[in-house]
Amino acid sequence: MKAVILFQSTNHAIWAENELKSHKIACRMISVPRHLSSDCGYCVQIDAENKEKAIDILTTNNIEFEKIENL
Amino acid sequence: MLKDKENNGVIYFDNAATSFPKPQCVTNAVVHYITQIGANPGRSGHKMAIEAGQIVYKTRKSIATLFKLKNPMHVIFTSNATEALNTAIKGVLKKGDHAVTSDMEHNSTIRPLHEMEKEGTISLSMIQADKIGILNPEKIRKAVTRKTKAVIINHASNVIGCIQPIKKIGKICKENGVIFIVDCAQSVGVVPIDIGRDNIDILAFAGHKGLYGPTGTGGMVIADGFDFKKIEPLKYGGTGSFSDKIEQPDFLPDRFESGTLNVAGLSGLLAGSEYIQKRKGGIEGILKFKTELQKYFIQQAEMFVPDFICYSASHLPSTDVVAFRINKFPISEIAQILSDKYGIMCRQGLHCSPLAHQTIGTFPEGTLRFGFSIFNKKEEIDFAVQALKSISEGRKK
Ligand SMILES: Cc1ncc(COP(=O)(O)O)c(C=O)c1O
Repeated sequence: MKAVILFQSTNHAIWAENELKSHKIACRMISVPRHLSSDCGYCVQIDAENKEKAIDILTTNNIEFEKIENL
Repeated sequence: MLKDKENNGVIYFDNAATSFPKPQCVTNAVVHYITQIGANPGRSGHKMAIEAGQIVYKTRKSIATLFKLKNPMHVIFTSNATEALNTAIKGVLKKGDHAVTSDMEHNSTIRPLHEMEKEGTISLSMIQADKIGILNPEKIRKAVTRKTKAVIINHASNVIGCIQPIKKIGKICKENGVIFIVDCAQSVGVVPIDIGRDNIDILAFAGHKGLYGPTGTGGMVIADGFDFKKIEPLKYGGTGSFSDKIEQPDFLPDRFESGTLNVAGLSGLLAGSEYIQKRKGGIEGILKFKTELQKYFIQQAEMFVPDFICYSASHLPSTDVVAFRINKFPISEIAQILSDKYGIMCRQGLHCSPLAHQTIGTFPEGTLRFGFSIFNKKEEIDFAVQALKSISEGRKK
């Protein structure tokens, strides 16, 4: 199963992607699913099993995110 | 005559205005973005848009590293140092506030402050530097009152190259709860800057001078712990975020980055910033190299050029900038001859800093100015000294 992490802006999404990748968490940028947000940009998709780890990394780096949802 | 084919046969000493040539990697990066990536970062979710977003992120990260800043989102891109200074000054100062600045400032600081004073929004204290352009931090301490909101200081003079004791001035600001705004247009990439150690709250930098990026690049950097909500945005508009709302986003960098960024320019800025940070010896090495060129030019010119007058103090902390004249010889004529006959590019006049020229006693005529880059060579300086010698001697005949 996949999960997506949504951010306030694409600036944060890319920041998060770079940090997650540097911690060897597989991730991919995808367009924000319309049912989750009205934003025009993109968000980070990860494997749902890595959710806890990802949240940890984002928190220690002070990267604020809006929500994290299973797809 | 010394002809450097790579530089179209010119000797370029106008690097304090904007640097030339740019490293090849800067050109390549701009071309790569325009021809291969092209898209708008942060607006769409397709592959090209994400690649453009990656460039912007990496540039932010590189600039953050340069200033020893932790949070890359605190790097705000603007079109030049002027826009960054206007954002900081107009964004921080409100009705009834008092601000402190100096007579060594560039017009990009003086003019917005003067305008706000004239319209009755703020009151302003001008601190005078000494004859060699250095500010005494104690004078700033004395000027700070209970109403003082901000102190705005130019780190390195674009007129004579002197470096101000910003760490000490910043400490005084901290002790008094005053916001410290620093103009790093000339010092970025030349003088090592640590935003935390140097007690800076907000700084403005140019991307097109010491970082060797293209013109149209620059930014405002906000210290990690600083409450950025104290700064009102200068412009409002589309950010690609919170598109369902009509309010401006209240987080960084979006709060201050309305409108499509200059991604072609930022691609080049990223390459330039990496280039100088990876250069052997780092920024310390660059400062050493450049001040050696400055000292060498002053020493050679004082030895060989009749009636040479130097206004830069090379025995004090300084960048590569040299202000000089040949006694009673109109500077515009010298600049014209240097350009037409010798292919030497330099700037003459007041360098957007009338008050600084008053301080060093060269107003209203101004001076000639050489500003060196990491690509200049001693042979070019030798050639320029010979040219100035001929010009000075020629007049006497
Ligand atoms: C000290 C100083 N401040 C500000 C500026 C303005 O920089 P920009 O041309 O990038 O707006 C310059 C350069 O012209 C400068 O030398």
